[in-house]
Amino acid sequence: MRELALHILDIAENSISAGADKIRISVSERVNDDILEIVIEDNGKGMDPETLSGITDPFITSRTTRKVGLGIPFLKAAAEACDGTFDIQSSVGYGTTVQATFKHSHIDRMPLGDISGTMQTLIIGTPEVNWVFEYHTDAGSFVFDDKPIKDTLDGVPLSEPAVMRFIREMLDEGIQSLHQQVADTITSGH
Amino acid sequence: MASVKSLDDLKRIREEALKKQQLKETSGKTEVIVGMGTVGIAAGARETLKAILEMIETENLGDIIVRQTGNIGLDSFEPIVQVALPGEEKVTYGKVNPEMARQIIKEHVVGGNIVTEYQIRG
Repeated sequence: MRELALHILDIAENSISAGADKIRISVSERVNDDILEIVIEDNGKGMDPETLSGITDPFITSRTTRKVGLGIPFLKAAAEACDGTFDIQSSVGYGTTVQATFKHSHIDRMPLGDISGTMQTLIIGTPEVNWVFEYHTDAGSFVFDDKPIKDTLDGVPLSEPAVMRFIREMLDEGIQSLHQQVADTITSGH
Repeated sequence: MASVKSLDDLKRIREEALKKQQLKETSGKTEVIVGMGTVGIAAGARETLKAILEMIETENLGDIIVRQTGNIGLDSFEPIVQVALPGEEKVTYGKVNPEMARQIIKEHVVGGNIVTEYQIRG
């Protein structure tokens, strides 16, 4: 994968497969601490300790019985290659939380990439899930929750062209405005 | 953070969408599915899906449901796009890049003609 946003997409697919109806994706760029953290939290069916212990090893489970793809070992390897950490917590009946951290300044750290595109793919393509996207930086945060949007639409589908445009612009503007805040903080010397 | 977008804008969008729906006959919706497993993502499935969303947005194409799904099980043909016109059999396309996706939307979803050169037959 060339972007962290593609890893996020891949991990979120596992959450969908696990039957989650609420999935929270959080990206924190804490440049002051030199950390980039990704959290994907779902309320899906969860995994028992045995499944969980094998999940990060791409060779333990046979491909025919594997319910999740290679996404987790890929993300773990990427984080560890950047002096980061990887953690997965899961509880049967409650859900799964995947957390990966990267050294922000590490030369091998992939760019975050098109996180707006990843979120649009997930939100439009899986409308039955309540998606929450949080983007935290040292200068501020952007939080997107699609529940008020769906409540307002009240049955009008997300794949309606004008609705798609609304969601795309909301994500793009939120992310760009946050990047601008970060840039302003840097130039003002804080 | 103040956003330019407000839910009032969305309410207006909803009213307009409902008006449009009332004008149209209930002919059913076309379903477009993009495979979004690990292999699909690595092969560029997100860009393929984005091209489809952009096309729907710019051409203002209504009554299309776009879905993404986990592994479709044809790894060597990723990215995979499936199109099902209302009441018709699902057609599966393989190795669909953004340009091919736009062509499939134009010719198959809008025009009703299967793009046979990209089709995977079982």
